[in-house]
Amino acid sequence: MAKLRMTGRGLWITTLVAPPLAFVALFIVYPIIAAFAYAFFDWQGLLRGEFVGFANFHQVLFVEPYASWTRNAFTHNIIVFFALMVLQNGLGFLLAYGLWRGLPGARFHRIAVFMPVVLSTIIVGYLWKLFYHPLFGPVNQVLRGIGLDQLAQPWLGQSSTALWALIIANAWHLVGFPTLVFLAGMQRIPTEILDAARMETESEWVKITQIVWPLVAPSATIVFVLLFVGAFNWFELPYIMAGLDGSPFGSTDVLGLYFYRTAFGNVSAGTQDFGLGSALAVLIFIFIAAVASVITVRLRAREIQV
Amino acid sequence: MTVATANPPQHNSLLGTLGRDGLIQIILIANTFIMLAPIVIMVFSAFKTNPEIFQSPFSIPDFTHVDNFVRIWTETNFLRYLINSFVVTGGAMALVLTLGTMAAYAIARYEFFGASFILLFFLAGLTLPLKLAIIPLFMLMRDLGLLNNQFSLIFVYTAMGLPTTVFIMTGFIRSLPNELEDAARMDGASEARIMWAIMLPLVRPAMVIAGIQNVVPIWNDFFFPLVFIQNDNLKTLPQGLTTFMGEYSTDYGVLYSGLTLSALPIIIIYILLSRQFIAGMTAGAIK
Repeated sequence: MAKLRMTGRGLWITTLVAPPLAFVALFIVYPIIAAFAYAFFDWQGLLRGEFVGFANFHQVLFVEPYASWTRNAFTHNIIVFFALMVLQNGLGFLLAYGLWRGLPGARFHRIAVFMPVVLSTIIVGYLWKLFYHPLFGPVNQVLRGIGLDQLAQPWLGQSSTALWALIIANAWHLVGFPTLVFLAGMQRIPTEILDAARMETESEWVKITQIVWPLVAPSATIVFVLLFVGAFNWFELPYIMAGLDGSPFGSTDVLGLYFYRTAFGNVSAGTQDFGLGSALAVLIFIFIAAVASVITVRLRAREIQV
Repeated sequence: MTVATANPPQHNSLLGTLGRDGLIQIILIANTFIMLAPIVIMVFSAFKTNPEIFQSPFSIPDFTHVDNFVRIWTETNFLRYLINSFVVTGGAMALVLTLGTMAAYAIARYEFFGASFILLFFLAGLTLPLKLAIIPLFMLMRDLGLLNNQFSLIFVYTAMGLPTTVFIMTGFIRSLPNELEDAARMDGASEARIMWAIMLPLVRPAMVIAGIQNVVPIWNDFFFPLVFIQNDNLKTLPQGLTTFMGEYSTDYGVLYSGLTLSALPIIIIYILLSRQFIAGMTAGAIK
């Protein structure tokens, strides 16, 4: 009797757990493991050729022109990460601090700052592409309208500004996310600590740096890691606004575009190469996993339990 | 623990407080303006012709001038893309919530060998950037005969949504009291009946959070359709957008109206349910 009941229970648990496990195993775990394996083979289109060891890795890292494409794209990802760290997470922290005071209209401001976050990157990308249009775009029209005609320029059409134009669009799209994560962190700070701090100091700066910032450390850990992963997975926004080649002249090329182009080919790069593409994917993957782990461990260490 | 908002400073000078709060208010208003202005310009421009956009880009348009919308509606596959997005998102959400609740329920309510390992297995999927596994996924879909088939998207989105769903639901289901369940078990109710009739009605709030967390990225996704779907009649809205943005590349009013039509559904739902959206979309990042 007891045994029968046990098997019935085991069967029931299996029924509950097996189908979701199967989905994750087949569509997440298997592809990621396979991506590692693919990188060690030579590929002819969709056909797997012979085992080539580390040849694909060697090619994307050290053989020209791949080596300089890789370096170029990687450098841009680094720039994007640090720029967004300031424009998105830094601004997000300041906005959260402002919202936290609960001044009149705070609820409305909170809804507004998060509104772009719900939009598809594709919509945001096209919208800002239209905004940066040299003649019809509101950006240049505003500059001309306030007499700064000399500042009006083809933002997306020249190498010096294109990447920054994309970064601004991204910050507009997503600044609401770190804002509200930081805000939630601030709202969890116990009132007693804040009252005690108010007794000690008048200075807003001291309160921010000595009290609020250390106490929202868990929120900071999360948004830093998510931004890092996001910056090195950057694909949709440059794809829509700058195209698959990272135009003009590769000045907006990032690892995501470069990987996609290498793997699936495009008009200028010609044929697709799953071997080189997989090698790139594996390298990006290891880099993201390694750095994200280090960031997490380092930042966790400074989190304080309240 | 009390929530700290709007603590009136006790012995600051009133003037200093006013100055500081005034500065904060100015920054917040400026930021809100920057957040909303692009959306307003998009909607306004959708009602304008090219010369109007060029000459008076920020003026309030004649809202009865809907030619641009009519062209999007009649000349492009917009409605088709919209329906496809609903089908794919709906299918994936149904699967994600069903399977996610099943797994979370088993992990949270039963003690069995491997439960914590299974939870870890799901959590591992939380942080892995699946985009980088697109080549094997492409080959897998080809072998399954699912390229150019909406099930490819539904399955991938389901798998992607499961880790967060299991994570959110497990935490919530664990927090439910045992008494109801034990009482029902005493009465001889089967495990399936206990789950369906007693526990599931209680987990609805967590389902809303998990649902919103997943529905927005799935509705907005572009990357997987880009790789899996070529057939124009199967394209989702973000992907279809790239098709007609190319076709009307110099007809700015039409472009803006295409963007407006695509953005409108989610913006309206967001305005109506902003509290749930914010809670749901930041759920993974807030303990």
